[in-house]
Amino acid sequence: MTTETQDEGLEYNFAYLDEQTKRMIRRALLKAVAVPGYQVPFAGREMPMPYGWGTGGIQVTASILESEDVLKVIDQGADDTTNAVSIRKFFQRVAGIATTEKTEEATLIQTRHRIPETPLSEGQILVYQVPIPEPLRFLEPRETETRKMHALEEYGLMHVKLYEDIARHGHIATTYAYPVKVNDRYIMDPSPTPKFDNPKMNRCAALQLFGAGREKRIYAVPPYTDVVSLDFEDHPFEIQGWDQPCSICGDSTSFLDEVIMDDQGTRMFVCSDTDHCASRQAQGYQGPGQEAAE
Amino acid sequence: MTEQENLQTPLLSAQSVTKTYGPHLGCSDISFDLYPGEVIGIVGESGSGKTTLLNCLAGRLTPDTGAIFYTDRLGSALNVHTVSEPQRRMLMRTDWAFVHQHARDGLRMTVSAGGNVGERLMAGGARHYGNIREQALDWLEKTEVDTSRIDDRPDTFSGGMQQRLQIARNLVTGPRLVFMDEPTGGLDVSVQARLLDLLRGLVAEMGLSAIIVTHDLAVARLLSHRLMVMRRGQVVETGLTDQVLDDPQDAYTQLLVSSVLHP
Ligand SMILES: Nc1ncnc2c1ncn2[C@@H]1O[C@H](COP(=O)(O)OP(=O)(O)O)[C@@H](O)[C@H]1O
Ligand SMILES: [Mg+2]
Ligand SMILES: [Zn+2]
Repeated sequence: MTTETQDEGLEYNFAYLDEQTKRMIRRALLKAVAVPGYQVPFAGREMPMPYGWGTGGIQVTASILESEDVLKVIDQGADDTTNAVSIRKFFQRVAGIATTEKTEEATLIQTRHRIPETPLSEGQILVYQVPIPEPLRFLEPRETETRKMHALEEYGLMHVKLYEDIARHGHIATTYAYPVKVNDRYIMDPSPTPKFDNPKMNRCAALQLFGAGREKRIYAVPPYTDVVSLDFEDHPFEIQGWDQPCSICGDSTSFLDEVIMDDQGTRMFVCSDTDHCASRQAQGYQGPGQEAAE
Repeated sequence: MTEQENLQTPLLSAQSVTKTYGPHLGCSDISFDLYPGEVIGIVGESGSGKTTLLNCLAGRLTPDTGAIFYTDRLGSALNVHTVSEPQRRMLMRTDWAFVHQHARDGLRMTVSAGGNVGERLMAGGARHYGNIREQALDWLEKTEVDTSRIDDRPDTFSGGMQQRLQIARNLVTGPRLVFMDEPTGGLDVSVQARLLDLLRGLVAEMGLSAIIVTHDLAVARLLSHRLMVMRRGQVVETGLTDQVLDDPQDAYTQLLVSSVLHP
């Protein structure tokens, strides 16, 4: 995808997609909101970027974007990866909207992996880019059968997957795409979000929309909807934890990434949410890594 | 329902069941009742319609005409093919069990032995890992599958072990009615004998009601109380197993029995 605006002479419809396509996607979104966690098929459009770039999320964003929206785009929690920068520039160019890295300033946040550490508020919309929407796919490859399982609430297989995890690893080893039950009805794959973020989906004040480009599915979690992570009574759901706080801002409650700092291979753990980490630093918080550096 | 009534009400009742495949006859105009605790064997040569009939009875194939009624735990007679699909699927994973001739059709080959046995428990709402595992171990033991293999995938098992695992997976939830299609087919003779002993023990111990399809009269004799002999899609003779095998009335049954005794 080119981010250079060599094509200034070309006229795009606002937010790239034509109005008819937007209407079609909005209808799918309305249905998805009405039936929380249910995967709604939609006739996805080809986007000017490959599938791995989050075309599902981009189509959802393009369909609901308004000129006064303030857009934030994150990839692995960071605003500054190639993917996040490209998508942000794309919407700046085709919709002329304002962008931000600040979670609380954004009206619309498109994400690939993370849910921001700053709690989302009413009126905000979180759009997920989803690679694999079907949580039952791993054990049941037949689409006709998985549809039936959803329709009839036959979800025993999901627990077989968790059983296998415990049998093999002694605990539930699934850390990403950890299955949840939405509104006490549909099983949903929050893929590829880390399970650390699952509790943030539960009764979230913001509207959560999911777009899978390759598989052409849309699903949604309306504000304040119950989202429960599956587990066993004797192996309850747990989120990841780290032995140390963020080296830079000292936060011991955020999701940390291990990063290599220099040529010597020095490693440290830092917040994956770059905006969260920067905000804390601006407030004067320091982590062990910073103290050592002084 | 009293015990008395219970014994008089069939668990499964087939009424004039006919199934064709285009111009080919599958099975024709078959009626019979299966009573609680009873094991019926369906025998006949290859192509005689045994599997077709069994699949109709078990709700897996829709007959062209005729009906099949199943009496549920509450004593209501359900038409197997006109109840809603959710209800039929519910029956299949709770009250009924189906043992396939080829274990791979009845097992999840990419899931461990324990997961295979536990699936029906979890489908029924079991949410305690320790209990599920305990029951899986118990059933592996009952079906003589080495319990140290609980975390191994069935594709690493021998044919006989796979078949015993399939039986464990089916019986773990205590079904009321078991359908079996050539459960010993394709296994070595010595392996067959062990499986038969096992099945006979379980049927007696659990008081299972079962319908067993087999082309092997020795299997039928060991497992079933009553026999139905099929030929070209029709039932040619029925009766108590020993009667049919020791004193066959129908000419075809006589041929079938004699060909076994004098190969
Ligand atoms: N799917 C099918 N399509 C067409 N004909 C079939 C099909 N299944 C079975 N048949 C035919 O129906 C008859 C009965 O077959 P089947 O029920 O499999 O017999 P059995 O189990 O006794 O060997 C045979 O003539 C067989 O060729
Ligand atoms: Mg057959
Ligand atoms: Zn930090």
